[in-house]
Parts: sequence; C-alpha cells; structure tokens
Amino acid sequence: MEPGHDDMAIVETTALTRRFDAVVAVDALTMSVGTGEVFGLLGPNGAGKTTVVKMLTTLLPPTSGSATVAGFDIVRQAGEVRRVIGYVPQLLSADGDLTGYENLWVFAKLYDLPRAEREARIRDALAFMGLLGAADKLVRTYSGGMVRRLEIAESMLHRPRVLFLDEPTLGLDPLARQAVWEHVEQLRATYGTTIFLTTHYMDEADSLCDRVAILHRGTMAASGTPADLKAAIGKAEATLDDVFKHYAGDALETMETYREAARTRRTARRLG
Amino acid sequence: MKLRERDALRAGSVSWALPYLAHSLAAIVRFVDKTLTIANLEVRKLRHDPTDLASRAVQPALWLLVFGQVFSQVRAIPTGGLPYIDFMAPGILAQSVLFISIFYGISIIWERDLGIVQKLLVSPTPRTALVLGKALSAGIRAFAQALIVYALAVLLGVQMNWNPLALAGVVTFVLLGAGLFSTVSLIIACLVKTRERFMGIGQVLTMPLFFASNAIYPISLMPGWLQVIAHLNPLSYEVDGLRALMLAGGTSAYGLALDLTILLGAATVVVIIGGRLYPRVAT
Repeated sequence: MEPGHDDMAIVETTALTRRFDAVVAVDALTMSVGTGEVFGLLGPNGAGKTTVVKMLTTLLPPTSGSATVAGFDIVRQAGEVRRVIGYVPQLLSADGDLTGYENLWVFAKLYDLPRAEREARIRDALAFMGLLGAADKLVRTYSGGMVRRLEIAESMLHRPRVLFLDEPTLGLDPLARQAVWEHVEQLRATYGTTIFLTTHYMDEADSLCDRVAILHRGTMAASGTPADLKAAIGKAEATLDDVFKHYAGDALETMETYREAARTRRTARRLG
Repeated sequence: MKLRERDALRAGSVSWALPYLAHSLAAIVRFVDKTLTIANLEVRKLRHDPTDLASRAVQPALWLLVFGQVFSQVRAIPTGGLPYIDFMAPGILAQSVLFISIFYGISIIWERDLGIVQKLLVSPTPRTALVLGKALSAGIRAFAQALIVYALAVLLGVQMNWNPLALAGVVTFVLLGAGLFSTVSLIIACLVKTRERFMGIGQVLTMPLFFASNAIYPISLMPGWLQVIAHLNPLSYEVDGLRALMLAGGTSAYGLALDLTILLGAATVVVIIGGRLYPRVAT
C-alpha cells in the first residue's frame, strides 16, 4: 500500500548531484538507508553533508540525479515527502522569542495534527524530552542542550517516518550531547523512526549509528557498519577516527567557506 | 478517503465534482488556518515583549509634533481647506506603516540565519500561506502604530472621523499597505539574503517612496517628472485612502475604490512572487 514500507530502503539516492556555480558540492551520490536504521553521514566540514540533507528534505533541488524518501520522489512529490519527514537543522532553530510550548504549538498546527490530539501530543513530546517544567518559559532562557531537545520534540510531533538531524550535537557540552544521544536512541526504540544524521564527531557515529557513510568532497568514500569500516582499513585496534582519516584525509583541504565557518561559530556561541 | 468514496457512490454520477469540491474547501480552510497561525506568532511575540512597539512610537511623534507644528505656521502648502496638521496626520500614519513594513525583511533574514525558515519550509505548508502569514504579521505591527498615530492626532486636535465604517476602512488600508510593503521587503530579503545588503537597499527605498508621495504635500506641487513617479508609487494611494477615511473632512483625490483596487492588486502580485521566491531564502 504505502510506498517504501518494510524491507525496502526508506531513503535512496541515485547519482544525486548538486552544483553551486562551478563547485560540485555533492557528486553523483548513490546510497540507501534501511527502514528503522540510525544512519550517520560523516565527513569533514564542507564535505557536502548539509547539502545532501537539504536535498533530501526538499529545501534544495538537485542539479541532477534523483532520490526518494519513503518511496516519494524528492522533486516531483516534495509535498508528500514533507509530510513523512522531520528535520532538525544544524543551526539552533527554535524561536527564542516564544515559549517552548508555543514553539511546538506552531508546528502542531502546520503539520495538521487533529485538534483533539494537539494538546496531548505537545505535552507528551515535552515530557519525552524532559522539558515539561520549562514549557512556559521563553526559549531564549534555555540552555543549548534544552533547545536541541526542544527542536527534536518539535520534529517528532507528527511522528515522521524519517528524522533528519544535521549535526545534532554541534557545540554542545559532553553531558548535553549524552542526553541528546539517549533521546535519539529512545525515539527509535519507541516509534521505530528511521534516523538520518550528519556528524563529524566520530564518537557520536560510533555510539549511535548502525551504519555510516563517509562523505569526502561530495562523493562517498566508504560505507558500512562502524565495525566493518574499522576492520576494512586493516589496522588492529583501529578507531573510527582512523577510518575517517584514512578516507577523508587531511580535514584542512576541505572547501569550508568563510561563511560556513562563521555560521558554525555563531551557532556554537548561542549554545555557549 | 473511504467516506469520500461512499459519498460519491451514494450521490451517483451527477456529483462527481463533490469530492473535488470538498477537497478544495478543506485545502482552503487549512491554508487560512496556517496563515493565521503564522500571524498568531507575531501577536504572541508582541505580548512577550512590547518594548519594541514603544520605541516605534518615537518617529511618528517627531514628525507630527515637530515637523507638523512648524509647518502649520508656514501655511504655504495647499491642503484643500484642511489645517496642515490634519492634512499630514494620515500621511504620517502611512509613513509609519511603510517604515515598519519595509524593514520587515530583516526578520526574515534573521529567521533564515537561525534556521527557522528552513523548518517552516520543510513542513507541509503552502509557501504562499507562509508569505501571507508574514504579511499579516507586519499588518499587526502596523496596526499598533496606527493606534499611536491616532492618539497623537487626537492630542493635536485633528478632526477625526469616528464612524465605525470609516475606522474599519482605516484598518483595512493599514493591513493592506503593511502587507504590500512587507512582502516587497520579503522579496528583497529572499534575493539579497544578508543583513548588510538588505539594510543598504532598505535605506535606499524608504525615503524616495516617502518623499515621492502625497504624504506631507500634495502631488500638484511637484515638478512633472516627480508627479509621474508619485502616481506610480503605491504609497500615494495608501495616503489617499487614509486621508479620506481618517479625517472628519477628508476627501479622496482618486476615489476609494481605485485606491483599494491598486493596493489589493499590488499586494496580490507581490504575495504570489514572494511565495515563489521564499524557498530561495533557505538555500
């Protein structure tokens, strides 16, 4: 009935390509993510991770190639894709001038949650993320970790089949990161949500992801389970960091722009 | 889905259009609901922090109290029999609406840098509903300005028209003007994407729009080339409509119907263009 259910891959890309003028940010990327997986897209800053996520979440049209999410084409069926995905952008995107409750309320409305269920869902989401006590405080008084959890609560209100998390723990302190990981893990266990995350923290990929792909200069350098990848580079006691260095090389030679770096710092400062 | 099929069967072949109509109606209801949701956020924000409104009161106060008082003494401007301060009050209201709206795009860029726009765009919300919601939000802020200008005008002894229909007309013109100029601002924001460039363009636009209009002097005083520009300037029709509706002795130079048509037409066009361009702000 519903496209892309069960054993089929829930996210699939075929030669997905995005150019910005002369720069090829994502170059003929072909990959798939299985239903219910926690999938990590790894790569240094500027490797094209965010561009991949922006295309899969219908924010950015691909230059060429194609992709499906839950069986829907990201270009021709963008509206259907939007109904079945949740998205937490890399930037800290909760609205500081509104309360936590209000932030969730907007999205409950925009995702057409039935009126009868709306309040209960918002309360459940706040409770799930441990934010019930802060619901009526302005978000600008939240800590960075609380904002992140609020955003994840927001993205889960409509029970998406795939949740996209772009650098979910960038700039968070170790305790807050741990809390975000636990909540992501719990989400998958409770709702069976497929999780597609990007990160450049190897420990994050190692502890969260069933499968990872390493993106380097817009192309897939390697993919598999973290254990497979460690085994494949043929070094005893290899860590995911070694794997990353092996495939992505020196992170200095990436094409992170000044703007991106400035933005990353800005986000980190807000999380401060 | 099931219900719709059953209905179609029961009604037979005549009503093949019914499910389609019901579907469109539901889509329209959702569209309006989402537009109002976006606007509702603005009300909530203003309730959380109303200080912004207070600081916005300074500029119209300066124009009316200083500029208006001085020029009332000069008596050099033909106002069609109105005291100059009366003539000017609707112009200053229109100016407040323009200033508050034309910089509205800065908040779009702010929301872009925060990632809020991206999340709105990933939700299943029609783009035009998002843009219209923002236009209405600007209208709400502009309405708060209208209250301030009204208070100042009463204080200065301007003869106001308190007819409820006329007041409803003023609200309509304020919302429409704010919607129009804020959406123009949104379009600029979607094109330039950075605060610095946006501020530059905003500064360049506001003063010419204001001075090339009938806000503080009649168009008949202008040189020919400027008259042409003033007639193409939507602000002139905003001022004309407000002048007719706000003042006890107010008259319209172009007719309220024409004022309304031009503003409504221009607003519709920019909202459609804005809906097309809005996704670009996320890239």
